Amino acid sequence: MFDNIMVLVAAPVFNIQLLLDGLFIGATYALAAYGLALVWGVMNVKNLAQGDFVIMGGYIAWWLGNHGIHPLWGVPVAIVFMFGFGWVVYVTIIRRVIDKELFTSLLATFGLAIVLAQVLNLLFGPEVQTANAGFPILSLFDNAVTLAQIKIIALILCALLALAVVLFMKKSRMGQAIRATAQDARAARVMGIDTDKVYAFTFSLNAAICGAAGALISMIWVIQPFYGISHSIRSFVIVTAAGFGNLPGVIMAGLGLGVMENYGGFVLGAEFQQVVVVGLLLIVLVWRQFQQHKLRRAVI
Amino acid sequence: MNKKFSMKLHLPVLLFGLVMPFLFPSLQYQIATLWVMILFALTWDVMGGQMGYNSLGNIFFFGIGMYASAVVQIMQFADVGQYTAAQGVLEVQYSNTQYFQGLVLGIIASGFVAALSAVLLGWTVFGLRGPYFAIGTLGLALAGGELMGTWEWVGAGGGIPMPVFPYSAQAKGMTFYFLCFIAAVVTFATLQWVYTTRFGLAINAIRDDEEKAEAMGIYTVRYKTIGWAISAFFLGISGALFGNITGFIEPLEVAFPTVTFGIFMVAMTLLGGKGTLWGPVLGAVLFHTLKEVTWTYFLGWQWVALGMLIIINVVFFQQGIMGWLMEKYPEKFGIVVEDKGASK
Repeated sequence: MFDNIMVLVAAPVFNIQLLLDGLFIGATYALAAYGLALVWGVMNVKNLAQGDFVIMGGYIAWWLGNHGIHPLWGVPVAIVFMFGFGWVVYVTIIRRVIDKELFTSLLATFGLAIVLAQVLNLLFGPEVQTANAGFPILSLFDNAVTLAQIKIIALILCALLALAVVLFMKKSRMGQAIRATAQDARAARVMGIDTDKVYAFTFSLNAAICGAAGALISMIWVIQPFYGISHSIRSFVIVTAAGFGNLPGVIMAGLGLGVMENYGGFVLGAEFQQVVVVGLLLIVLVWRQFQQHKLRRAVI
Repeated sequence: MNKKFSMKLHLPVLLFGLVMPFLFPSLQYQIATLWVMILFALTWDVMGGQMGYNSLGNIFFFGIGMYASAVVQIMQFADVGQYTAAQGVLEVQYSNTQYFQGLVLGIIASGFVAALSAVLLGWTVFGLRGPYFAIGTLGLALAGGELMGTWEWVGAGGGIPMPVFPYSAQAKGMTFYFLCFIAAVVTFATLQWVYTTRFGLAINAIRDDEEKAEAMGIYTVRYKTIGWAISAFFLGISGALFGNITGFIEPLEVAFPTVTFGIFMVAMTLLGGKGTLWGPVLGAVLFHTLKEVTWTYFLGWQWVALGMLIIINVVFFQQGIMGWLMEKYPEKFGIVVEDKGASK
């Protein structure tokens, strides 16, 4: 562990590599987390199948890549497909649990996560896959740092998608309706907003965002049917740390998580990368608790 | 449940447990697992049903108990680090006394280590409410498996081969069958007693309204911690037993199976009806029987079926079997239905 830190001190150029890798992957985390923040803030549904939506999007891009279509096309295809899929999930499951206690939606989506992971496993097998986008890899700093072009493209697409979603929320009628529903669902209903439709749209939008993030992840990193749960946990870490309705916070937390994960994996060893994610979740939750503790004095 | 009716159920269940392994020796392992499943569901219900704290990571204590007992058992005759590093190649000698002494000490240690870890963790996680608690405990269970998988002293990802039972396989089966049976029965009896005490009322008050319970002067953190420690104690013991039955401990699949056993316990309790004493037992029996009978016919789709079962259970049948029965026949459960109108 100390050896690895010494490597970083001795050769600062490795830091750049870790930082860049972390930022590029972190951007996709932030995108998926923004979807979760949307659903959480508007519908108060904690979607534990978030990560599996991401992985589904990844498999769409990978599958297209295998059938002679460039995996970048996977991004729009995943958006459209996952939007429809999100609608179906909303109508069959989410609509029925939305007004029940919170654990219900959590458990229902956890069940959904198990189903999705297993179906993907049965369809595509348990191997770790990556979609080959076929772009060249750039070398910086005398070949000490490598940078795949696809990562830059993915980052730009991430930013464009996030911008599109923000503009949509600000300008369009549906976006305004979503924000109104988030503020006060009852008042929105009184004003003639069909909140059921708003919820359906929000959930589908979340699924579409996840699908896009997943398609990008499949090109710049790896996908596997059972990686969904760690993506879900990442989204939870980010949203819990940033709070919802706080887009800059989500972006910062997402990039930060990506960087920390990469550094943790390098310093402690690759087998610790999962531990770093889960450990961060616990730290964020405990930290939140201390914050709340200031607000209320518990009887101990 | 009506006390008299509940008592009537005790005898047949006990008889079933005592007679089954002799009548159907081939089913012995299945029924031993069934008792462990019943224990799982009962201990989950302490938190999830009676206290309203839905944990997705109770399996953490199962794994901790399994590892604690393995370490204690191996310590009787070998150096733990050496033993695990050798991956079972190390020639070890141990007498029967050493084995059984280790087993007994290991089972006791597993319970206490698990309960202690629940108390320690309770300080950090009990500030979390509702979904945060569920996600936090889920993270805990996942972290437990990952961390154990990196800890060299307990064999890391390679796992630990458990000491071999010194007598025949049949004797081993019988011994562990009855240990599982006793563990489940003791768990049931303890919980049945505990729910009638002040403690039971206090945790129910926490479930119904934690703020009000606090305002009434209930030391909520203390009760929550004790509740979790009770469920961790029995889960730890079940972990010790299961580790010995399996004969080999591995961090992700055997000791911390978050998405199998960890979810089974939630599914079983919800199926049977949470917040009741017999609900988890009923749910466990139904779930385990269904699973054992149908599992092999699903050809890889069994996990999909499991996920579907959870979804359908949660979405359409939330109150579970016992809850449904209570709604349908409240008189049988000693619930006085308040005046449903003079017409009746």
